[in-house]
Amino acid sequence: MNKIRTIISKEWAEVFKNRFVLFTVAFLPLIMTAIPLVILFMTRSEQVLNSLDTEMPAQFSAFCPANLSSGECIQVYVISNFLVMFMILPLAIPATIASYSIVGEKVTRSLEPLLATPITTAELLIGKSLAAALPAILATWAGFAIFAAGAWLILAEREVFFAVLDSLWLLAIFLVGPLMAILSVNVSVIVSSRTNDPRVAEQISMIVILPLMLVFFGQLAGLFILNNQLILLSAAALLVVDAILIRLAVRLFQRETILTRWK
Amino acid sequence: MEDLTLEIPQGEVFGFLGPNGAGKTTTVRMLASLIKPSSGTARVNGFKVGSEDKAIRGSVGILTETPGMYDTLSAERNLQIYASLYGVQDVKGQIEKYLRMLGLWEQRNEPAGTFSKGMKQKLAIARSLLHEPSTLFLDEPTASLDPEAARLVREFILETKKHGRTIFLCTHNLDEADRLCDRIAVFKTRTLVMDTPANLRARIFGRKVVFHLRQADQGMVSIFQGLPYVQDAQVIENKILIQIDEPEEHNPELIRKLVGAGADIQFVGELRHSLEDVYFQLVEESS
Repeated sequence: MNKIRTIISKEWAEVFKNRFVLFTVAFLPLIMTAIPLVILFMTRSEQVLNSLDTEMPAQFSAFCPANLSSGECIQVYVISNFLVMFMILPLAIPATIASYSIVGEKVTRSLEPLLATPITTAELLIGKSLAAALPAILATWAGFAIFAAGAWLILAEREVFFAVLDSLWLLAIFLVGPLMAILSVNVSVIVSSRTNDPRVAEQISMIVILPLMLVFFGQLAGLFILNNQLILLSAAALLVVDAILIRLAVRLFQRETILTRWK
Repeated sequence: MEDLTLEIPQGEVFGFLGPNGAGKTTTVRMLASLIKPSSGTARVNGFKVGSEDKAIRGSVGILTETPGMYDTLSAERNLQIYASLYGVQDVKGQIEKYLRMLGLWEQRNEPAGTFSKGMKQKLAIARSLLHEPSTLFLDEPTASLDPEAARLVREFILETKKHGRTIFLCTHNLDEADRLCDRIAVFKTRTLVMDTPANLRARIFGRKVVFHLRQADQGMVSIFQGLPYVQDAQVIENKILIQIDEPEEHNPELIRKLVGAGADIQFVGELRHSLEDVYFQLVEESS
């Protein structure tokens, strides 16, 4: 456990000196939190809500609480869409940190002396993975907490607040978020084994955001509406994908493979 | 690599020489339990390679081909990380000891990235010794260092040897190997030869004594005819070169014979072939 802690503190000490990484970890959550709050703030008045009182996608009406007006439902609908974008955080932050952390060590050739210590490969991989995933999970949760506090202050109607922050988003943030972070870390480990430029590794690793964008645009186009079942189904799928990717990443992150095949 | 058999006693400085691609780094990585051998057995510090790897890694120090420091972190922070990974008890004390020994104590708070190549190499040496390993693997320790830094590293190796550490030295610098190593092995995918530098010279080129005379002529060679231990004798300018196995034993008689024949001897010495000559002879023969 001590060794894992050492790796995590080393990673953070090193990687957060990189301004690209710092920007991603610090500013991305701020932007993603600010956008839905600004929308809530702009649509808070009754006048605006009444002007939004138009026809909604049929699927969404079914999930909109009966006690909300159509305008309030649209407000919930729009915010829900932006909360999908919020899920970029557990994908983008680990990809950035892991890319710079692993490819960075590859470039400076600091992995060999590290592998020469009595640390086990599992401890090293866990340390690096946690160093990449923890800031993402914490930033997501912190961003969500700020959003919740802001929404509480902005929304006059408590029903709208609880409709926005329902079980769906709690599941998304606290269950799907960490699973997404694990997915992102493992994709980065796999990509890092084949690239020698942290920026290239980061860009390729960002491919993990694509399915999320499909969800975002799919919901915007009214193709489907996220609900608890869909979120739980995504969590189950992520669990399976994570298990496969962890096996693959562990195989690629063996001493011998790193020293002889990582070029 | 194949067919490598060697035994290095505790406290020996062992030089491992060979051309690029011969398998020197691979051998170091296997012995330091970084990679597994596909076949064969090896023991390092009493631990078996392949099954007691963690114990081996904890008991050896390794200086890799490139220092591989964390450039954005200070020299001290770099060492703290490794001290923690090696489970060093007195982290602060050990770091201070080696940074002072290598002349980096004043620069301990500076980022490693601002260090010169020589300073980084010294920092990497400090890193490899933090946990007081009984065996040290040094892969090209003075490569790309300026003469001053290279000398400091060589002196440090000799100092380290005094503490009874076994040192496995991979180097292309044959003069360095000659000066530092008790024994050397020349390796090219398999061991070509292994012995002390002096014995290797004798084995490849034989031992030659050179007599510097005030004046020498070809006729002087006849003085040595009939001496069973003289393998070859020749005159080159004012020097007589004699090949014999044990000059310590036979030189007095040779000197008496020369003086008896009226030769004015100015100097007597042994003709030393460089280790480079030995190395090239061996590598060329193997090709």
